[in-house]
Amino acid sequence: MELPVISNTVPVAEGGGCASSGCGTAPDALGHLPDHIRAKVQDHPCYSEEAHHYFARMHVAVAPACNIQCNYCNRKYDCSNESRPGVVSELLTPDQAIKKVLAVAAEIPQMTVLGIAGPGDPLANPGRTFETFEQLSARAPDIKLCVSTNGLNLPQYVDRIAKHNIDHVTITINCVDPEVGARIYPWIYWENKRITGAEGARILIEQQQKGLQMLTDRGILVKVNSVLIPGVNDEHLKEVSKIVKAKGAFLHNVMPLIAESEHGTYYGIMEQPEPTPEQLQALQDACAGDMAMMRHCRQCRADAVGLLGEDRGDEFTLDKIDVMDVDYEAAMVRRKVVHDEIIEKLDARRGIVTPKLDGIPEGSRPVLMAVAGKNGVVAEHFGHAKEFLIYEASPAGVRFISHRKTELYCGGMDACGDGDVIDAGATESLLDRNIRVLDGCEVVLCSKVGYEPWAKLEAAGIAPNGEHAMEPIEEAVMTVYKEIAASGKLLPAIDNKKVA
Amino acid sequence: MALQITRSCVNCWACVDVCPNDAIYQDTPHFLIDDGKCTECLGDHGVPQCAAICPIEMAIVNELGEFLNPPGSLTGIPIEKLKEFGLWREAA
Repeated sequence: MELPVISNTVPVAEGGGCASSGCGTAPDALGHLPDHIRAKVQDHPCYSEEAHHYFARMHVAVAPACNIQCNYCNRKYDCSNESRPGVVSELLTPDQAIKKVLAVAAEIPQMTVLGIAGPGDPLANPGRTFETFEQLSARAPDIKLCVSTNGLNLPQYVDRIAKHNIDHVTITINCVDPEVGARIYPWIYWENKRITGAEGARILIEQQQKGLQMLTDRGILVKVNSVLIPGVNDEHLKEVSKIVKAKGAFLHNVMPLIAESEHGTYYGIMEQPEPTPEQLQALQDACAGDMAMMRHCRQCRADAVGLLGEDRGDEFTLDKIDVMDVDYEAAMVRRKVVHDEIIEKLDARRGIVTPKLDGIPEGSRPVLMAVAGKNGVVAEHFGHAKEFLIYEASPAGVRFISHRKTELYCGGMDACGDGDVIDAGATESLLDRNIRVLDGCEVVLCSKVGYEPWAKLEAAGIAPNGEHAMEPIEEAVMTVYKEIAASGKLLPAIDNKKVA
Repeated sequence: MALQITRSCVNCWACVDVCPNDAIYQDTPHFLIDDGKCTECLGDHGVPQCAAICPIEMAIVNELGEFLNPPGSLTGIPIEKLKEFGLWREAA
């Protein structure tokens, strides 16, 4: 439906959730996709690295029940300071969910995508999940619908997924080998029985693979999420990536395991190590091949609202949406204007190619730099950065690698009021922790650094740099890389490593 | 004969959807089982469905107060660890 443009004054979000200006490897990291798929994902923040700067998503928590147990999940947990999958503060009925979605869509016109992701498994709650989708596709046809699932019930619901115009499905596939699966999934609920160990994992894997094939056969876009669990499925994920790609998944998202003992998960309590940023990056690179890898995923909560990297859920609690009066017909007109503006902007950007670096000697080694950025510029004090954007500079140019959080998961025990209090003496200082987060980086770019962190950073072999405040990130990273090159520290690569 | 839900319940709804007798209802602070309706699934299924899908140990008990899913049985976390983290109880 074509809607008339009635106003050009609606502000378009700038940057917002993600602090980087271009945390894609190229202007369009989805460039290898066929046009019809690209058209579907260009305004989807969870699939397109570019789009996530401009378009927002929301999840509604209508699906509490689950039919499997994962060793990284604890169904008891509910803390509003936490940001990780499976966590939710307010469970909604389908009617409440509709109300919330319409309110958010009217208030945040950049919100293009509604997902049902939990806190349990959406397809283990078919009644609540499909009622929500059905009402939404009727009342808000301009919102894209997605669903995330563990895949166990997927084959039986593929036709209903197709019927409700849900054209994006995410399946979490952590393994294709039941023996590996037995170390990830202690049990599944299947055909009225709890089935444990490798047998349970075998059934789950079979259903996931069958469901994946059925979806891609119907032209429904499938993204595969995998949780990287060091020592359990790290090497194995390379095989997973090959298989899901062969079956037609268009994107593979390898995410790091989150396993803190205070979350009370099996892995948390059993002290299963989380992957280091280097391990994650190495695996993402190994799995990449010619398949798009996601590097901007923020592992959102099952009730997240807003741009990736921000959560505006607090503005849309039940008591608040109750008193909102939403005229959705009018909102759709405003939304169309905003969407068109953003798409126009993205199209304009697509023509711009990041320049290759000149003056860098052939064979120079790449350098990782951490940036305390905001809205695409070097903007934050070292101590104020909630996340660092990691860039790699090499003779080929500058590319975004990942973001690393400095304040992980929880604001602290005072805020949670639950769980075991961590012995203050046992916890490393925030500064030490932040420096550890930057492991592997040689430079940190920020607007300012204090004396204490300066010394500690230098001691850790990371050069603090406050000379590029408010400069665009990519330009600043290039300048610093050229300076390092000029000092002769990039060549020859092998000798440099020996010295280090 | 009827099963009961204990204070360990996290209100995840999983049991409600699989109960063949519609015996489970929402209440505060947690779901409850109508003992007039619960048959422990006799005649319908080989095992009580609520206990077969419940993700929380110690949340469902029989008339003797015995846990259908005792501590450690679902997660595989050893008893010593459960005790260390305050996640272990002997009885409902």
